[in-house]
Amino acid sequence: MLSKRVIPCLDVRNGKLTKGIKFAGNVDIGDPVESARKYYEEGADEIVFYDITASAEARGIFLDVVEKVAANIFIPFSVGGGISSVQDMRDVLLAGAEKISINSAAVKNPSLITEGAEAFGSQAIVIGMDVLHVGASPEIPSGYEIVIHGGRKRMGLDALEWARTCERLGAGELCINSIDADGTQDGYELTLTKAIVDAVSIPVIASGGAGKPEHMYDAVTKGGASAALIASIVHYGEYTIRECKEYMAGRGAPMRMVW
Amino acid sequence: MLAILDYKAGNQTSVLRALQHLAIPSTITADPAVLAAAEGIIFPGVGSAGQAMGVLQEQGLDACLRQAVAKGQPVLGICLGCQILLASSEEGPTRTLGIVPGACRKFPDGLVQEDGSRAPVPHMGWNNVRCEKDNPLFAGIDRDAQFYFVHSYYVDPAPELAIGFTEYGGMRFCSFYGRPGLWATQFHPEKSGRAGLAILKNYYAYCKEAGHAL
Repeated sequence: MLSKRVIPCLDVRNGKLTKGIKFAGNVDIGDPVESARKYYEEGADEIVFYDITASAEARGIFLDVVEKVAANIFIPFSVGGGISSVQDMRDVLLAGAEKISINSAAVKNPSLITEGAEAFGSQAIVIGMDVLHVGASPEIPSGYEIVIHGGRKRMGLDALEWARTCERLGAGELCINSIDADGTQDGYELTLTKAIVDAVSIPVIASGGAGKPEHMYDAVTKGGASAALIASIVHYGEYTIRECKEYMAGRGAPMRMVW
Repeated sequence: MLAILDYKAGNQTSVLRALQHLAIPSTITADPAVLAAAEGIIFPGVGSAGQAMGVLQEQGLDACLRQAVAKGQPVLGICLGCQILLASSEEGPTRTLGIVPGACRKFPDGLVQEDGSRAPVPHMGWNNVRCEKDNPLFAGIDRDAQFYFVHSYYVDPAPELAIGFTEYGGMRFCSFYGRPGLWATQFHPEKSGRAGLAILKNYYAYCKEAGHAL
């Protein structure tokens, strides 16, 4: 049986692991290569790296981190942040990532999804969607709106419509980040997650709000997600990945328990 | 030494990194002489069947693979490599290498998971491989170990060659097939953690032994 995936997300700034609350106030909390190795050993099913600086000068440092990670962990990992062209995608894939996560750049230029899928295959293209709950309106029928620039800019685009568009354009997977839940540790936005899962037939990753293993269990059961993205819950040592997976498996979620 | 067949199909470097981690001498190459001299070949691949076949034929690498198999040189196909060793693929559709009898088929619509939800395609993530025949590649691997998959098509080789099976969305498909010296995995051993690395290690051990026997 296909297992539900647990995916730690590492935000990287100037080559250091960092964590912010609601997309602001970041603090450096360690070495991303070491953390990736630790999570791999603890049973992470996949790892996501997000370059939150993505300035031209910091890019080289980041690609260096990606290469070091690729030489040390033998599970899939994806890379996001600052990717806005097929050449950017090629750079991170050559550095050793399996997947590319694009967010703002895809909203601004949707054809980038198709170009990426044609060049590297749909399996390599993950679309990160930052979503804000705004309430239903004629423009935003689902009540969930796409935002970019770390949540600062509303795009007047319905999240469900955008999810379907991404699938049609060739995305292989969607990662749904709830801006409202991000960093709160109060649980995922399950209504949003389920609505997107029902709207598309590609795998959906729930993101934003995990504070305890129960939240992750809810994301893959009530939310119907294929995977739960986590950050604070493991970065600060509250839980290990093994503990999260044991909890989820204990309640009957299909999990990979041998690694 | 293991030669990773270079036909610009995406994941050669991931395979190389895994082999380097295991301290297995290896190289990425499209040179027929290097391929022919290797203790074993790895035939990886991510992407589409049609595009891959185009590159293989253009560079004469399809002939290299046929010769390798004909002379008993070990070959391990991975993912797209596993699919295009068969005779045809519904992707395209495309006439593929035909080194192994069988076809590659698209997952049907409407697959439903155990919890009643729709099964997404691609089949992406970690799943079990249940081997029905003893084989050297799975030696020492925990029965409950899982492997990383990402594919929208599945292989359907001649029944006598099917070794391992995987369940998804209410169907059961072959995820590992072959015979001594010619194996193929639908999953990615290079991305399947310790269990996947063990398969690569077992393959290299087989290659070395087969080389001594030749």
